[in-house]
Amino acid sequence: MAKVLMKGNEAIGEAAIRAGCKNYFAYPITPQSEVAEYLVKRLPEEGGVFLQGESEVAVGYMIFGAAGAGERVMTTSSSPGISLMSEALSYIAAAQCPAVFVNIVRGGPGLGGILPSQGDYFQATKGGGHGDYHLLVMAPDGVQEAVEMTMLAFTLAEKYRGPVMIMGDGLIGQMMEPVEFPDDLKTEPTNKDDWATNGMDTRKSKKRNLVKSLFLDPAALNDNNLALKAKYEQMKKEEVRFELYNSDTDYQVLITSYGTMSRVCRTAIDMLKEEGIEVAMLRPKTLFPFPEKAVFDAAAKDSCKAVISIEMSMGQMVEDVERCVKGQRPVEFYGECGGDIPSPEKIIDIIKGLL
Amino acid sequence: MGKTFTTPKALSKNHTHYCPGCTHGIVHRLVAEAIDDLGIQGKTVGIAPVGCAVLAYNYFDCDFQEAAHGRAPAIATGIKRVRPDLMVFTYQGDGDLASIGMGEIIHAANRGEKFTTIFINNAIYGMTGGQMAPTTMPGQRATTAPTGRNTADTGMPIRMANLLAELVTPGYVTRQAVLKPQQVNKTKKAIKQAFQYQMENRCFSFVEVVSTCPTNWGLTPLDALKWAEDTLLPYYELGDFKVPE
Repeated sequence: MAKVLMKGNEAIGEAAIRAGCKNYFAYPITPQSEVAEYLVKRLPEEGGVFLQGESEVAVGYMIFGAAGAGERVMTTSSSPGISLMSEALSYIAAAQCPAVFVNIVRGGPGLGGILPSQGDYFQATKGGGHGDYHLLVMAPDGVQEAVEMTMLAFTLAEKYRGPVMIMGDGLIGQMMEPVEFPDDLKTEPTNKDDWATNGMDTRKSKKRNLVKSLFLDPAALNDNNLALKAKYEQMKKEEVRFELYNSDTDYQVLITSYGTMSRVCRTAIDMLKEEGIEVAMLRPKTLFPFPEKAVFDAAAKDSCKAVISIEMSMGQMVEDVERCVKGQRPVEFYGECGGDIPSPEKIIDIIKGLL
Repeated sequence: MGKTFTTPKALSKNHTHYCPGCTHGIVHRLVAEAIDDLGIQGKTVGIAPVGCAVLAYNYFDCDFQEAAHGRAPAIATGIKRVRPDLMVFTYQGDGDLASIGMGEIIHAANRGEKFTTIFINNAIYGMTGGQMAPTTMPGQRATTAPTGRNTADTGMPIRMANLLAELVTPGYVTRQAVLKPQQVNKTKKAIKQAFQYQMENRCFSFVEVVSTCPTNWGLTPLDALKWAEDTLLPYYELGDFKVPE
């Protein structure tokens, strides 16, 4: 298929449709409202469901209901809205329903701002809601990857029967880039008759299904949490995705960065290379599961003197980086999170300061 | 002569955890009878609330999804929108629906979502142990209103059926009771009517049922029925508040 020029938010909406998702519930919030404005036109053409809910709280549960009934479903929001949906995310994770949540992150805390940020890393990877759960979190670095990750998200949500989050930032949602929609990322929905509340008539057994998260018996609750943990362990084995850049050199510094920020770091690395300074980057594509071993290995290279996590936050992913480097190298941090994205020149200054 | 009284198919054989004299059991049975009468057990999905009826799915025999406190109408919306062929009902108490879930019920009703809500109004929080609800009567004692509800401080009880009937969107809104056999029969008719409107894809349907909570009211089951008759019914008037044209 030919490439088309699309805005990130609209491309995410189209990607959901191409992945076979025909159900979308959302509440308006900047900087991602274009997803809803795109899908309100496109979904009727596909015979799909579009509904603007009365709040992000309600939308979270509309997603829970639709997912519990066994249908592919997506919502999109931005940071304050994701906070409100986090209650439902906890229930959806506990009840083991597949659903796709997109967070086009803006600055926080509080109302923060409407410009790009990566300040929701903790919320996305450590569980924004209560209890022991994780989301599978993917972070695109551009519109093409946002499309591919959105399409893949539905497959992974069903594979693990749980919520999957695409964590972009305001820039990914707002910028236009040429994209194509790979047909091979579309999968057939899995059979949900053994768990979904889609009516007893649907299944041969005629046994009823329950979608629930209450386990008053301590042993049963422990079992449910062990079942969730087993899925997270499987994700750590099978779903870790990352990219290494300029890593086949004798790099002196290893950058860890993701999303929009990683693109600036890439430019900085290219500029430093022209000055004869080799710097590598490890870019996690999955924030959970985190590329733990890859970070350890990349930091362990003999030439590497230091690791620096560069983020549009006040220092969030760096905690995972420190955890994975295991003290072999000093781990530094640089971040800005007012909405301005650090320039390549700024990154170069910071890197030179480490040498 | 065949059997004239049996357990509805849509009701499970489990014993309930409800207190002696609680009217949840009656309403469960009425819902199950309506499901049987309409032959919809195999395509019905119930939504359990948070509160005494959180375990309602143990007592019904149909698909069930469990909600967070007050969110049942949003879950029902999600299910019904993506699977309009399913019959969807929420079963909610007054703390759940009239307090924390006020936003969800108002907007679901106003959108005219084609599901059915059974609203149990017993003027108190049951499961958490007798705290004041938005429906608690003036002067009625609760653990969080130990000297009785002070309306100067907490406002007057919310009449949900009256409130929802004010919405301009068409709907079926009725308030019934299960304090006397005649009322039980009327409630059965109302619940069945509510499901029928849903089957016809006509409108949102809401059946408020004035009920008792002897345990948290501190009354015997019989005294609770009398107290409800004397205190609740004059304020919570019974009847249809809105019917679709």
